[in-house]
This record gives sequence, C-alpha cells and structure tokens, in this order.
Amino acid sequence: MKVFRFRGGVHPESHKTPSATKAIEDLPLPERLYVPLQQHIGAPAKPEVAIGQRVYKGQLLAHSQGMISAPVHAPSSGTIVDIGEFTAPHPSGLWVRTITLETDGKNRCGKNRWHESAKPTDPFKMAQQEVAARIGAAGIVGMGGATFPAAVKLALGKERRIHTLIINGGECEPYLTCDDRLMRERAHQAVDGIRIMLHVLQADQALIAIEDNKPAAIASMRAARRRHANLHVVVVPSRYPMGSEKQMIQSVTGIEVPAGQRSADIGVIVHNVGTVYAVHRAIRLGRPLLSRVVTVGGGAVREPKNLEVPLGTLVEDLLEFCGGYSEPPARLLMGGPMMGQVLPHSRVPIVKGSNGVIALSTAEIRSRPAMPCIRCGRCVAACPCGLMPVEMAPRIRNGDLDSAMEYGLGDCISCGSCSYVCPSNIPLVQYFNYGKGMLADRREAQRKTEATRRLAQERRNRLEREARARAKAAAQRKAEKATDEAREKNSPEVSV
Amino acid sequence: MSNAAIIGGPHTHERASVGHTMGMVVLALAPAVAFGIHLYGWPALNLLVITVLSAVISETACLGLAGKPLRPYLLDGSAVIAGLLLGLTLPPWSPWWIGVVGGVFAMVVGKHVFGGLGQNVFNPAMLARTALLISFPLEMTTWITPLPLGSPGAPDFLEGLRITFVGIADIDAVSGASLLGHVKTAFTQGKTLSDVMTGEYADPSLALGFVRGSLGETSALLLLLGGLFLLARRVINWHIPVSMLGTVAVLAALFHFIDPEHYPGVEFHLLSGGMMLGAFFIATDMVTSPSTRAGQILFGAGCGALAYIIRTWGGYPEGVAFAVLLMNAATPLIDHHMRPRVYGRRRDGTPLQPAPNKWPSANRKEREP
Repeated sequence: MKVFRFRGGVHPESHKTPSATKAIEDLPLPERLYVPLQQHIGAPAKPEVAIGQRVYKGQLLAHSQGMISAPVHAPSSGTIVDIGEFTAPHPSGLWVRTITLETDGKNRCGKNRWHESAKPTDPFKMAQQEVAARIGAAGIVGMGGATFPAAVKLALGKERRIHTLIINGGECEPYLTCDDRLMRERAHQAVDGIRIMLHVLQADQALIAIEDNKPAAIASMRAARRRHANLHVVVVPSRYPMGSEKQMIQSVTGIEVPAGQRSADIGVIVHNVGTVYAVHRAIRLGRPLLSRVVTVGGGAVREPKNLEVPLGTLVEDLLEFCGGYSEPPARLLMGGPMMGQVLPHSRVPIVKGSNGVIALSTAEIRSRPAMPCIRCGRCVAACPCGLMPVEMAPRIRNGDLDSAMEYGLGDCISCGSCSYVCPSNIPLVQYFNYGKGMLADRREAQRKTEATRRLAQERRNRLEREARARAKAAAQRKAEKATDEAREKNSPEVSV
Repeated sequence: MSNAAIIGGPHTHERASVGHTMGMVVLALAPAVAFGIHLYGWPALNLLVITVLSAVISETACLGLAGKPLRPYLLDGSAVIAGLLLGLTLPPWSPWWIGVVGGVFAMVVGKHVFGGLGQNVFNPAMLARTALLISFPLEMTTWITPLPLGSPGAPDFLEGLRITFVGIADIDAVSGASLLGHVKTAFTQGKTLSDVMTGEYADPSLALGFVRGSLGETSALLLLLGGLFLLARRVINWHIPVSMLGTVAVLAALFHFIDPEHYPGVEFHLLSGGMMLGAFFIATDMVTSPSTRAGQILFGAGCGALAYIIRTWGGYPEGVAFAVLLMNAATPLIDHHMRPRVYGRRRDGTPLQPAPNKWPSANRKEREP
C-alpha cells in the first residue's frame, strides 16, 4: 500500500530493544489502588460509592457526567478507604480527586459484572449506538496518551460519513514498546476490536499503521487480519512524530486535515492499538477498562519490562517490580521522552493514558544550557507542521503573541521536534506551550468580558422593561381611576 | 532528582552541538589551509595566526564588556572560524596590521555591535575583508607569486617574520595580478580571452592552485573537497552551495556560448577567486543566511548571480564578498516572505479545502438514498 511522506520530523535513537524483547507480564496486585476521577479529557467522573463500601472488580466507582467524560471502575475487589485528594501524575504535583481502594486480593467479579446488559453478545447483531454506548460505559478513552473518551469519537461517525478507520500502531516515541508487544501477543483480539469499531463507524476499511522498526508486530498483525479483506496493514517509516494523528493521516492517506477541522470532517478516524484492544475486551468479555499495558524503561531502570498494570497502581510499585533503579534517575517520566511529562515523584498512580514509566539517566537526557539562536533553520526543517520555530520563539519571549499567531502558533502540535534538533538547546516547545497558555487565558478573559457586558446589557434591558411596565401599570391605574371617578360622579344621579 | 523546576519535553536531545559543528568546519578547511601554507610559506602561516588570534582576543574583550560568560561562547569556535576565513581571503603576504585590523573589525563591528552570536546581519569575515579592500586597496591587491616551502627563494622562518612585521623588500619582483585581476585588466584594454590566456595564465596547473591569489582562492579543488565533506557529514545542506555554483555555471555557460572571446567559461568562474570558499564556507554561514530551504535556494542563486554580474560588468575583478554581503542584507526579507506551507493550510494561510473525490467508495455510498 502506498505510503505518503509528511514534512519534517526527526529520528531520535529508539532505545526500544531492552523492553521490546520482554513479553507482557502481569504486575502482582498491589495492596492499595489510587483511582483518580479524572483520567480523561473532559469533566471528572462523579463518585457513586461511599467510604467503607465493599466493591467487586469492575464495579462502577464513578459515573461520567457531561457530554465529554468517562466513568471509572474498580480495578480489583476490595474496600473503599478514602475519597479525597491524591497527587496527580502531572509535573505540577497538584492534587486530583481520587478514590483509594484497599484490595482484598480475591479479584472477585460481581454477578452482573459491570453493567446490567453487558453479557457478552455478538456486537455485529447489535445496533451501532448500543455498541458505542457500551464502549462509553466501559470507560474507554484514547490509550495512546490523548485520553479522549472513545465513545465520543465514535459518535462522530453518526454525523459524518467515515470512510477510513486508522489504527495507530506507530509508537514513534523512543523507549515505549507496549503497543508493539500488544500487537505481537494479542493481535487477534486487536483485530476483533478493530472490526467492532468498523461496525460502529460503518467505515469501509481499517488501515493498521505500524512503523517499520517493528517487524514482529507487522507479521503478527498481518497474520491476524488475513481473513478480513477490509483490514490492511500499512508499514510506515520510523520517523517521529509518526504517531501524531495529523501526520499519521497524511502518511497513510495522503490527505491533510484542513486547519480548524477534525479528522472526522475528512472521513477519517484514528484510534490507538491499545484502545481497540480495550474495546474488544469490553464488548466480547464484558470487561471495562481496568488495566493497561505499561512499558517501564530508561537507562536508570535495572530491568525494563512491559507490564499489565491495574489502573491506580503507584509508579513506585512498577519500578520496584522491575528491580528498582540501577542509578539515580535524572528524570522520571510518564510517557516517552519526546512528549512525556516529568513526574514529581514515584508516588503517583498509573492512569488510563499512561503508556510508559521512563527513568532516564543523566547521560540520556543530554541536558545542556541554552545558548543564543544561530538561525541555523534546523527547527524549520524538522517541524512537521511547516512552522518557523526560529521566528516564533523570540516573538513569544517578547510577549508579541499576535505576531507569533501569524507565524502559526495555533497550528503547533507541541511534538518537540524543534527542541530536539536545536543545536543551541533552546527549549522552543516550552515557549510555544507557554504562548498557547497565554492565548487560552486571553480568550478566557475576552469571554468573561463579553459575558459581563451581556449580563450588564440584559440587566439594563430588564430594568428598562420593568420601568416601562411600571409606567404602563401606573398609567393604566390612573386611567382606571379616572373612569371610576367618572363613574362615581355619574353614578349618584343614576342610583338616586 | 531535580524537582525544583517544572521541566518540559523533549527529555532527550540530538547529539550535535554548535562547538561540534565548528570543529567539523575547521577540519574541512584544513587541507586547503595546509596547501596554502605550502604554497606561500611562513608569511601565510603568520597571517593566519594573526587573524585568528586578533579575532579571538577581540571576541573575548567584547564578551567581557557585555558581561557574558566566556567559556561557553569561546568554545563554540565561531571566532576561530571567522578569523580563519578572513585570513583565507587576504593576500598571503599581507602585513601584520592588515590581519589585526581585519580580525578586530570582523568581531567588533561585524558581530558584537549587533549583539553577539546569532545577532549579526552580515558575515563578519566578509564584512572585514570588504572594509579592508575599500580602505587599503594597494595592500589588498598585492598578490604574491607562489613560492612553495623549501623551493629556492622561499623565505625561511625569520625571513617570514620580517615580511609579516616589517614589509617586503622588492614587492614588484615577487608579485603580480591574480587571474581574475589579469583578465579584468585585459578586457579594459580591449583584449580578447585568446590574447590574455597565454604564458603563465595558460598553465593547466592553475586549476590545481599554482596561481597568485589568496589562500582560499588557490586551492579551489581542496575547498570543494572540504565542502563535500561538510555536506556528507550534514554540517551544511546542499541548497546554498548547489544553487550558488549552479547559477554561476549557468550564467557563465550562457555568456561564454554567446561570446567566447569576452566571457570566460564555466571552469574559470567556478575555480577562480573565492567562489568555492564562498559557496561552501561563507554563504552557508547559518546566522546570515535564510532559515528555510526555499529561502536558501533563492539566497544561493542571488549570491551566484551577483558574483557573476560584479565580476563581469562591475568595477572589481572579484565579486563573491560583495555578493554575499548584499544577499546577507536581503536575508530578513527572504525569511519574512519565503515561509513553508503550514500543515492543513494553503500557502496564503487559509485552511485547505478537503478533496471529496479522493475516496470514490465514500462518495458512492453517500449518493445512495
């Protein structure tokens, strides 16, 4: 199948070998699980359980609220010991509302599993909306790290005609191998998940895009798709950011998503391999999203591994299972080294979007002080979006956001390719993220001003209306009084 | 673990650094420098030492005045490169003060007046060379006949020091016109190419570098080799050298074809003067050239065209330095207008229109009731 080229991109050293050779292992159930209520983009889930309550594995802990949200289920059976605040897996180290579950080690499932009607049935005999609703009720979100609720994305197929479902098996981030192992070991389940999604979307074909540095995954997925003519494996070159949605769509279809539109607008939906696997488990086995595969790697980890981890497990439990640190880590990350987030410490939980726990050694991060820009243009050549980081960064530094917007700040996907190649080690992508934050603030402030103005105008209108009504009422009363008086004046003559 | 500050990604980095790049440039220049020193002996080496030292010392002084840390800025090697490139464009037996004035001018006026590393508009070495040429036309056009080291009459070490610091005793005996200068003079006297390309100027060893000129002029082939090395190691990219040399080649071929007696051919233009040095080492200066690929091609073509125009119809026999400076001045304009197309947008910045016919199967189904 023809593969198209996207602009720019970089070739970071992959560092995948240490963990790519390791089969997925189950992490032993920890004593306590810390399940945050917000593991997705959108509104946080609302707790349904109380402290002290015993829950079974897969029981709904918190239901979704609002249009874009996802429910959270008990990853194992046990007792709710706390519903409170716990450190989020985020660089800020801020707290997020979290349910703490003390496990009983029995992994008891409930009689009805997680949903009354969720007895495994043939999804191809069910209405698309019903399958989509079950995927939503299973709490499935984008497992590649974006954590956008999967059901909301599937619902886009209702309004628009989707011709192609792209399965993102690119895994372009260095160190990460969880999708690779999933495709190697559970290809049939993944293919089944893809077919269920095709059914929901009523799409013509599914293209499974895998980078050419994963030959075993390619072979295994090819074998698994053999009997399904509308599924194709597309081998794409290993180039970062291949796994970025826009770049992946361009690579396998040759189409660019027009600025300001979503991929569904051009008839394409992209889902991660981990997501389709979760869909298979939810629909065929009636199992909500309770665990995920996580790569533990990096030069500072003694024994890199791929682990199937219950959601809510602390990062320190994973590290301990992998033999701990071989040297003090220079940086502990959730996600890959290109776009992953620094963790404040290892006492934070694994969430639905955690694809990796990477502890990097000092030698690996190659941290050097920033020097002045020499305008070499490498960032321009590396940018997959066709932007000019060399021009945008100084403008943002000077607070000239409008000018940075004119250079396309709004089109930046924060992939970090520019920072990666910068010979002067300028943290370009940090400037852009800061700029985008400032723009969001500005929009918010503008929205508030407009809302205030609207409210003030409405109040004025209301006061005017009331004043008019009062005046009218007064006039009416006066008129009535006059008539009454007139009647009174006339009446004695009549009555007498 | 460092938790003091929130660190953003990416958390790894490509190996290359500025200092590494500059080291590769010095390595690429080394054969040409060695050959130049062999041809012109001790005074040429003295001159290179003087230009490099004066550039580095003035860089240090400027950094000190600006209160910037010395170590990271000096280790990037940009002052060494600027001094070296300047030395390669000067007459090999220039007196010491030419080298000092050039080196100081390059660093102070060419670089630090603009704000230091990355801020200068013009290539410092070319700016200094041009300033020297305009200020001291006699010294800057005294071209020594090659006297290879060890050959009879070549100055020894002490004699070399005397030449550099005191002066040349009998200048006319050892000097003459450079190839470009010779041809230019001949044309102004109404002669044709077949009249002038005789005697010593018809020698095929010209191409190998046994010719009067600056160090960076004589060893065009070695400079080409160094340039190819930089291309192979991805220190520079092909856009500027190829477009610059290509433009000169096309123009030279065209006019030579029209009038072979008055317009020298392609090899004459490519191998003479500072063309090779300019195309691979000077026009490719990152700070003063455009940052987009398309802009670099335009920039290179502009350098080539201007160099050819100045050489052919201008007052000076050599035009590479002027051409590069003029295009340096145009670089901000090129960078402003020649931006890459943004993903999902047209060149003018408006969003792309989706192409519905790309997927016939999708449309077919849409047409169904």
